[in-house]
Amino acid sequence: MQFMLLFSRQGKLRLQKWYVPLSDKEKKKITRELVQTVLARKPKMCSFLEWRDLKIVYKRYASLYFCCAIEDQDNELITLEIIHRYVELLDKYFGSVCELDIIFNFEKAYFILDEFLLGGEVQETSKKNVLKAIEQADLLQEVSKFNFSGQSISMVGCESKKFLFL
Amino acid sequence: QDNIAVKANAVCKLTYLQMLGYDISWAAFNIIEVMSASKFTFKRIGYLAASQCFHEGTDVIMLTTNQIRKDLSSPNQYDTGVALTGLSCFVTPDLARDLANDIMTLMSHTKPYIRKKAVLIMYKVFLKYPESLRPAFPRLKEKLEDPDPGVQSAAVNVICELARRNPKNYLSLAPLFFKLMTSSTNNWVLIKIIKLFGALTPLEPRLGKKLIEPLTNLIHRFLISLSSGMPNHSASIQLCVQKLRILIEDSDQNLKYLGLLAMSKILKTHPKSVQSHKDLILQCLDDKDESIRLRALDLLYGMVSKKNLMEIVKKLMIHVDKAEGTTYRDELLTKIIDICSQSNYQYITNFEWYISILVELTRLEGTRHGHLIAAQMLDVAIRVKAIRKFAVSQMAMLLDNAHLIASNTQRNGICEVLYAAAWICGEFSEHLEEANQTLEAMLRPKVTTLPGHIQAVYVQNMVKLYASILQQKEQSGEKEAAQEITQLMIERLPQFVQSADLEVQERASCILQLIKYIQKLQIKEVPVAEEVIALFAGELNPVAPKAQKKVPVPEGLDLDAWINEPPSDSESEDEKPKTIFHDEEQRHSRHRQPEIDEEELARRREARKQEQANNPFYIKSSPSPQKRYQDTPGVEHIPVVQIDLSVPLKVPGMPMSDQYVKLEEERRHKQKLEKDKKKKKQKKEKRGKHHRHNSLHTESEEDIAPAHHVDIITEEMPENALPSDEDDKDPNDPYKALDIDLDKPLADSEKLPVQRHRNVETLKSPDSEAPLVEKKSKKPKKKEKKHKEKERDKGKKKEKEKKVIEEEEEKKVILQDLHYVRNCCYGPYLLLCSSVTYDIQGNLQNDSQVTVSVIFENKSTSFLKSMELNVLDSLNTKMLRPEGSSVHDGIPVPFQLPPGISNEAQFVFTLQSIVMAQKLKGTLSFIVKNDEGSTHEKLDFKLHFSCASYLITTPCYSDAFAKLLESGDLHMSSIKVDGISISFQHLLAKICFHHHFSVVERVDSCASMYSRSIQGHHVCLLVKKGENSVSIDGKCNDSTLLSNLLDEMKETLSKC
Repeated sequence: MQFMLLFSRQGKLRLQKWYVPLSDKEKKKITRELVQTVLARKPKMCSFLEWRDLKIVYKRYASLYFCCAIEDQDNELITLEIIHRYVELLDKYFGSVCELDIIFNFEKAYFILDEFLLGGEVQETSKKNVLKAIEQADLLQEVSKFNFSGQSISMVGCESKKFLFL
Repeated sequence: QDNIAVKANAVCKLTYLQMLGYDISWAAFNIIEVMSASKFTFKRIGYLAASQCFHEGTDVIMLTTNQIRKDLSSPNQYDTGVALTGLSCFVTPDLARDLANDIMTLMSHTKPYIRKKAVLIMYKVFLKYPESLRPAFPRLKEKLEDPDPGVQSAAVNVICELARRNPKNYLSLAPLFFKLMTSSTNNWVLIKIIKLFGALTPLEPRLGKKLIEPLTNLIHRFLISLSSGMPNHSASIQLCVQKLRILIEDSDQNLKYLGLLAMSKILKTHPKSVQSHKDLILQCLDDKDESIRLRALDLLYGMVSKKNLMEIVKKLMIHVDKAEGTTYRDELLTKIIDICSQSNYQYITNFEWYISILVELTRLEGTRHGHLIAAQMLDVAIRVKAIRKFAVSQMAMLLDNAHLIASNTQRNGICEVLYAAAWICGEFSEHLEEANQTLEAMLRPKVTTLPGHIQAVYVQNMVKLYASILQQKEQSGEKEAAQEITQLMIERLPQFVQSADLEVQERASCILQLIKYIQKLQIKEVPVAEEVIALFAGELNPVAPKAQKKVPVPEGLDLDAWINEPPSDSESEDEKPKTIFHDEEQRHSRHRQPEIDEEELARRREARKQEQANNPFYIKSSPSPQKRYQDTPGVEHIPVVQIDLSVPLKVPGMPMSDQYVKLEEERRHKQKLEKDKKKKKQKKEKRGKHHRHNSLHTESEEDIAPAHHVDIITEEMPENALPSDEDDKDPNDPYKALDIDLDKPLADSEKLPVQRHRNVETLKSPDSEAPLVEKKSKKPKKKEKKHKEKERDKGKKKEKEKKVIEEEEEKKVILQDLHYVRNCCYGPYLLLCSSVTYDIQGNLQNDSQVTVSVIFENKSTSFLKSMELNVLDSLNTKMLRPEGSSVHDGIPVPFQLPPGISNEAQFVFTLQSIVMAQKLKGTLSFIVKNDEGSTHEKLDFKLHFSCASYLITTPCYSDAFAKLLESGDLHMSSIKVDGISISFQHLLAKICFHHHFSVVERVDSCASMYSRSIQGHHVCLLVKKGENSVSIDGKCNDSTLLSNLLDEMKETLSKC
């Protein structure tokens, strides 16, 4: 896998993970391009598209698009499965995850992703193991000083609590 | 920004901002600081930020090497984990090289959590540092049989990715994977393994057979794997295609897409079995989804045959008209051209049809592929002789309607076509019927709005046209008409002379002069046509793109040799240039001669002519003798039918290709009848060899004869071209570097570089120091804190030291003395420069003296002697020297140090005021002696006298303490430190240890403490712990001392 992007229906980037070294400028360009193309597609269309020499696999969960870029020989369905598994993990961890969770605890979302994928390859296929690792790491980390709970009420501009899983 | 917590928070926010698209590369250094925090909370954020915003260009990335190495060897598995995760995102070749060995060690870590990560990251390391693959491979192989499924799947992942690029090196692993496949229950792993076998089977046909059985069992469960793990050698291809058909017909778009994708994979190997599903695929072309349509297009490419080409292209043309969105339309366009031109126009039977398709395509709006169409037109016109007449007439029409094409600026891409049109009309002007008209069309003022390179072609080809018209007129004796046309040229050409494009301008002015000259001759009634036409005589032959490369180097020609001796020596100036080109029969028969006379010139000209005649890159002056005709199979048996096609009305803007389809059908029908007749005859002759297809009504592909005698001239290659196939490989392929034979035994030289940074390196890691100090101090636990304090100073000095060491390397002197300066057994050891720790002990007997104990250890292999320690005294603090010596003299250390030995020396310092902390610079000089002689060396260090070091732990009872507080002659000050998480007990112990206090009384989370300075100041503290913070109120006789003490304490505490 080359990179993973999460963005909202408004085209706002919510999470990005690059497994190939690229300059910031290039990343921005790619992101912009992809967000546009993916958002332009209708819900009935298939989840794959070819873009440059990569294949893009995306899926929409509630207001969030999960979008992965894979190489030519990679399998698309397994990528869809990876996306789904990641969403499941987020859901388990946050408990009915919604877009807000990912905005306010974006670092957590990253940590989960890092436990699940490493260098673009699936690292741990067991949901239980991933969550265990995260929980233990969280234990190490004292009461988080970084949650933005104070701001959460005043945040406007993102979709209201819409659960990815209902 | 002292507080690491604040910094971490800031970095965390920056990471978010980065995601929103802001550049945060300026904060790279701060990120590294947060990465090196001791607490997991911060470290985690640091690494996250790093993995998000570092890339190979980040220059500070080198600074992280040691930090990462330290984290990799951390006892905490999560520290190691984040380090590995982070590294996977920003690993650079340098990092990969330096850390490969550490990661390899981690591959056999006790915790599966770490093992798994380490195995996965190895893939990234291999990519960046291919040399590491061979040493690491045996261990990677071991991991395939790891008890932990996570590690196992990681290993499968890595090997699968590696094998996909260079499968042949991994064939030996096939049995192992086979076992895994049959035993594994993890779907994720299975898919990877099947993918791996997909890469392996083409190399080892036996494998395919073996796989069939388990795969057919799996196939129903894993339709997914179909697309990647197609068993190429399976007899069940038919079954697969059937299944795929079901997939494609499915309503789920995803499955449809994948079905088409898998279909295209089968198509490559078994085109026949897919072709029967043409209907389905054409149906998919109507799909709403672009991805699916593109896939279907891909499939079509492989499905065309002579029979169905026209039909398919016709369908595609309809789609072109309907298509919205330029990208898709462009894609269609290229596909049409691809389909038609594939394998040397193999499937095209009627080139007139093809040309008209191309002409129709020029009406597309806003396509970017004008040059593609133009290239096709040129190619076809040049290579298919029979079509030229038709092509020229079509091109003339295009030129006539140029305003339609060029008028719209948006259609910029398409005007490339005019380039081809102009060229074809010019080059094959003899076929042009109404040359005058075309010439006029080319001379229109509108033309000057075209891009420069097209105008240039226009100008050049005008002359060709002009030449042929001139010839025509002269032959028929119409002198006036000839002069008229000359006049026209002279009138119109100046508009090109004024062109801003250099090429156009140059050509135009040149040609204008030429034509003016011709006009003069014409007035004198001299026939000029022959000479003018001679300008463009000769025929063009296509040359294969690789031809240039394949021209063999003639024997005896050394391309690297100097043609002329470089004028380096004065002697050689007089020498005649050496002959480098030998006299050869054919070409290169140039002989370098110092003098050039008339004769020689003539000879050269002759030689050049001969050379050109043999050289495929020159337009020949005589028709080429090397023209080759490639006859389509079966053609020889069929009389070529030149159907006199009544070319339909050439109305611009009306598609004509359809009519060709009809015509073609008619033609085929005719042909068939003819053929049948023939066959009957042939049957009588009993030459059954060529007539396997006896049934009269099923047309086999071979039977369709092309409408024209298609001279598809094969691209020329130079004679005795060297067969070579390496041209296709991309030298920049990152995976190529990983093409390494893994079965060879490891050579010593390939071992991973283990970090051996001589001593300096060992100093860096606190672990190596720990045992050393532990021996000497009874409370070594707290020491590490202080190490860090000094780390920054260390960094700077280390560099200097390294330099010294490197210079000395030849002498093999490795300087490795650790100098520990120690004073009292209560106090912590501070590191002096890179290698010296020391502590300062107050002297109870004397209120103005402290003793500094220094431990010297020689870690080098050389003998150290004549050590002298000197300190630059300050006003306040002075080293106590023996009487009679000046302040600049050092104090000799009363012993010598053999390698590996340590010893301790004490030095006494006097001070006046103790209220302020002090720093003293010092130098240690010594002589290094080894086999090759002795050298003088110096080592700089700093002594830090903190206020706490002037305190002496003194027990105090609570009533005495209370009295002291009541006395009221103490100054008061207080501090508050946030973010304290350690227990209160721990906290107190810290204060006692670092600052020489003793606890007087402790109640819950409150405690009073006491200490006394060597000059008799009382220091009282009241320590209170809140939830996350600690407040300390202090009282002391001297306010400066107190505030300094509290500052020091704050620093200690903020590190907890």
